[in-house]
Amino acid sequence: MKPRLTTRPAGTGAAPAARVARWRLLLGSDLWHAFVHSRVALLAAAVALLCLGGALFAPWLAPHDPSDLATLDLADSHLPPAWLAEGRATYPLGTDDQGRDILSALLYGARISLMVGLSAVALSVLIGVTLGLLAGFAGGVVDAALMRVCDVMLSFPPILIALLIDGVGRAVFPQARDVLAFAVLILALTLTDWVRYARTVRGSTLVERNKEYVQAARLVGVPRWRLLRRHVLPNVLGPVLVLATIQVGQAIVAEATLSYLGVGVPPANPSLGTLIRIGNDFLYAGEWWITLFPGAALVLISMSVNLLGDWLRDALNPRLR
Amino acid sequence: MLSFILRRLAQAVLVMLVVGMGAFSLFRYVGDPVGNMLGQDAAAAQRAQLHADLGLDKPAAVQFLHFLGHAVSGDFGVSLRQGREVSALIAERLPATVELAIVAALIALSVGIPLGVYTALRREHWDAKLTMAVSLLGISLPTFLIGIVLIELFSVLLGWFPSYGRGTTIQVGPWRSGLLTVDGWRHIALPAFTLAMYQLALLMRLVRAEMLEALQSDYVKFARARGLPDRVVHFGHALRNTLVPVLTISGLQLGSLIAFSIITETVFSWPGMGSLFIQAVQFPDVPVMAAYLCLIALVFVTINLGVDVLYAVVDPRLRVQAPAPEARR
Amino acid sequence: MPLLEVRELCVEFPTRHGTLRALEGVSFDIAAGEILGLVGESGAGKSLTGAAIIGLLEPPGRICGGQIMLDGRRIDDLPREAMRLLRGRQIGAIFQDPSTSLDPLYTIGQQLTETLRTHRALTAAQAREQAVELLRRTGLPAAQARLSQYPHELSGGLRQRVVIALALAGEPRLIIADEPTTALDVAMQAQIIRLLRGITQARGASVMLITHDMGIVAETCDRVAVMYAGRIVEIGPVRELIDHPAHPYTAGLMASVPSLADAGGRLAQIEGALPRLEEIPSGCAFHPRCPKASPRCAEQRPELALVRRTRAACWWPIVEGPVR
Repeated sequence: MKPRLTTRPAGTGAAPAARVARWRLLLGSDLWHAFVHSRVALLAAAVALLCLGGALFAPWLAPHDPSDLATLDLADSHLPPAWLAEGRATYPLGTDDQGRDILSALLYGARISLMVGLSAVALSVLIGVTLGLLAGFAGGVVDAALMRVCDVMLSFPPILIALLIDGVGRAVFPQARDVLAFAVLILALTLTDWVRYARTVRGSTLVERNKEYVQAARLVGVPRWRLLRRHVLPNVLGPVLVLATIQVGQAIVAEATLSYLGVGVPPANPSLGTLIRIGNDFLYAGEWWITLFPGAALVLISMSVNLLGDWLRDALNPRLR
Repeated sequence: MLSFILRRLAQAVLVMLVVGMGAFSLFRYVGDPVGNMLGQDAAAAQRAQLHADLGLDKPAAVQFLHFLGHAVSGDFGVSLRQGREVSALIAERLPATVELAIVAALIALSVGIPLGVYTALRREHWDAKLTMAVSLLGISLPTFLIGIVLIELFSVLLGWFPSYGRGTTIQVGPWRSGLLTVDGWRHIALPAFTLAMYQLALLMRLVRAEMLEALQSDYVKFARARGLPDRVVHFGHALRNTLVPVLTISGLQLGSLIAFSIITETVFSWPGMGSLFIQAVQFPDVPVMAAYLCLIALVFVTINLGVDVLYAVVDPRLRVQAPAPEARR
Repeated sequence: MPLLEVRELCVEFPTRHGTLRALEGVSFDIAAGEILGLVGESGAGKSLTGAAIIGLLEPPGRICGGQIMLDGRRIDDLPREAMRLLRGRQIGAIFQDPSTSLDPLYTIGQQLTETLRTHRALTAAQAREQAVELLRRTGLPAAQARLSQYPHELSGGLRQRVVIALALAGEPRLIIADEPTTALDVAMQAQIIRLLRGITQARGASVMLITHDMGIVAETCDRVAVMYAGRIVEIGPVRELIDHPAHPYTAGLMASVPSLADAGGRLAQIEGALPRLEEIPSGCAFHPRCPKASPRCAEQRPELALVRRTRAACWWPIVEGPVR
């Protein structure tokens, strides 16, 4: 991405004309062109959007409400998917041992997974970018201290950090109610990921800070925060975007892993990971659909997001063009 | 070179101290430290004695030193969940995890690196593209799902491999090994593959990316211009330059293998440190968590240090502290 | 017969904007023992020409027409392995940046002996002896000790000498030197140029010196070709071209080199800029910037034709008076 030096005079807000112009800039840009011409990117984006849409609109799309105990009927339990012998059309992907519709559980589970994943990434980006900007611009002791912290955190695998925070959370709040449990989970996922953003942003900030136009602007008296926001931030968002896209997939998988291990979302709101864990016990009984479909949904989301992130990174890499 | 090693050693000690502080805070402030040491059912008099012994009314720094002293000698108290000494529990379970990690690392290296080289050299070929697509699957699939699928396929449907436990093991001194029996190998197969899958895919993609970059470099161009044969250019120059960052990253990955074993051990009911840790988190069993934290930190710090030294050995540019002065540019 | 003959060479790149012609109708000869300079602005196609000759065009670039002949035999359509055998032995190349041309993980000695033993059957000991000899010939001090040193232990000028030694290891008859001095400071530049000239004269080898520095061309070359937008616009003996340029572009280039004689005046410039590959003008590529352009220049592409003592591709070449 070519660096953008904004030339709007200080004090003017973005007029509507400027907004339209920016859209046109995006649509005419190399990135958009590469996007609509890449079958892989289009497919991945389509699948990702589909999953996102399905999860977001779960309450309207799902044929049943799996958390409403009144609608469950034990007589309907252990049913295979609709296209098999004993299946029924009202339960297209079958039911589990309590008569819950797998498709509905899947949609609601995906919703939880996506919600946790996206929140964690959003928080990570916020914390990471802020700290990175700070370190890069302030330099000196602040920068050195932050980098040491990053080094230490990076040398530990994220799953371990997540588990530790989760464990500590449980020990400190033994009777955690749902909201608290979610908060601990999201915190755990956030704290493992912010480091990458901080490092990238710090690196870019250092580079930009030493460029002549920034030094010139400082000489003229432009306040630092404005420099950061107007000049440094746009140049730094490219790599952050790539990282964030890949990170969403990883966060969703991490949450699924934690839930599978039994230390993730509270059992009342099962995510895809929880569903897989529940279904695992029924594999030996030959009831593969309880695990497989949530598993497939997880893989679909993860892969499409990863593909998109991969493609984005290659598309934004100037050396590969 | 010596000063380099000393500096890294000092850094390592610093990290261990920080981790130690973390573990100490865990031990002391989360949950009940006296209960951690003695177990839940100790008598009141014992508890009072230990309370005084531990100096729990002394300043935090002193307590920290006590903790360090105990930790260094391996004493982390008693597991809240099992009532046994933590150090004994860990010693019992360590071999299972170590063997799993080593076998998985070998698989990842011996398959990942050649595949990475192949997909870089034959970039436009359909099988290279297919392999890249499969590798994307490898890093997108969560480890536990890979384990479940492997179990479903090779254990439930085909019946070739068992799906839980270590099988027949043989005690060699303090080490209980599963690698000395055929049954042990049959049991380690699926878990090791599951554990290796992510690292394998990652390694393959890394090798490919580094190799492609090396193939575009000026020294490769010059080597070709001198008429060196392809074999020499690809393997003697490009690959050698690729392996330098790759091997060091692989070393770091060994550490994460040990961490990921948590998941694999849970899926396959593998009696290692990972499943011990999970049970500790679920309970929550603070002494075990603290001990695991310190142990893992030690392993990581040692591996990082070893990798740094390895890097300096392999790349001549890092051996000389100051490069020759450049002519005025 | 000339050592190298290039006839109507064209090189194209398929891109998403369509197929772009980077080189068009490039023709020139290099005689044995001659130093030909290839000058032009960045992006004019000089390096591409060199890459095409040595067969190292990076895909998706490809030769789409014309011929390259070495000793009268075509080499542009040789299979890969045959072309590789030519490289280093008949045609050698050195590139711009000596610090990235050498593999950082191998010692100088290892890289030299590897190259020597690729071209000739030598024992390790013989190869080492010849390596030392090669280094001595490039004027590298303490040649014997250098064998066990790594590239990063040498300064830029010394590294470039090692690069030259490596390029000469197979005793090629033609050396393509792509900006060999650009990455060096001025003092080093002079030494390297003198080295290049001395070595080639001693062995009767030819050099194609690609550069944008007219000063080096004036000192070193026998003949010079000027490139613009992928075409050769003028070619001729160096003194003639500098003193009596026939093509307006060449005249512009000569005039824009400041000299002590006219110190204090404004720097002369050629208006405009090199056209992008997608927008090469029709007819004569230079016509939008040319002070002498006529309608014919926009319609018909001129061929190289003798004007006084150089050949220029122009409908209105400069025929009277010296420029300076």
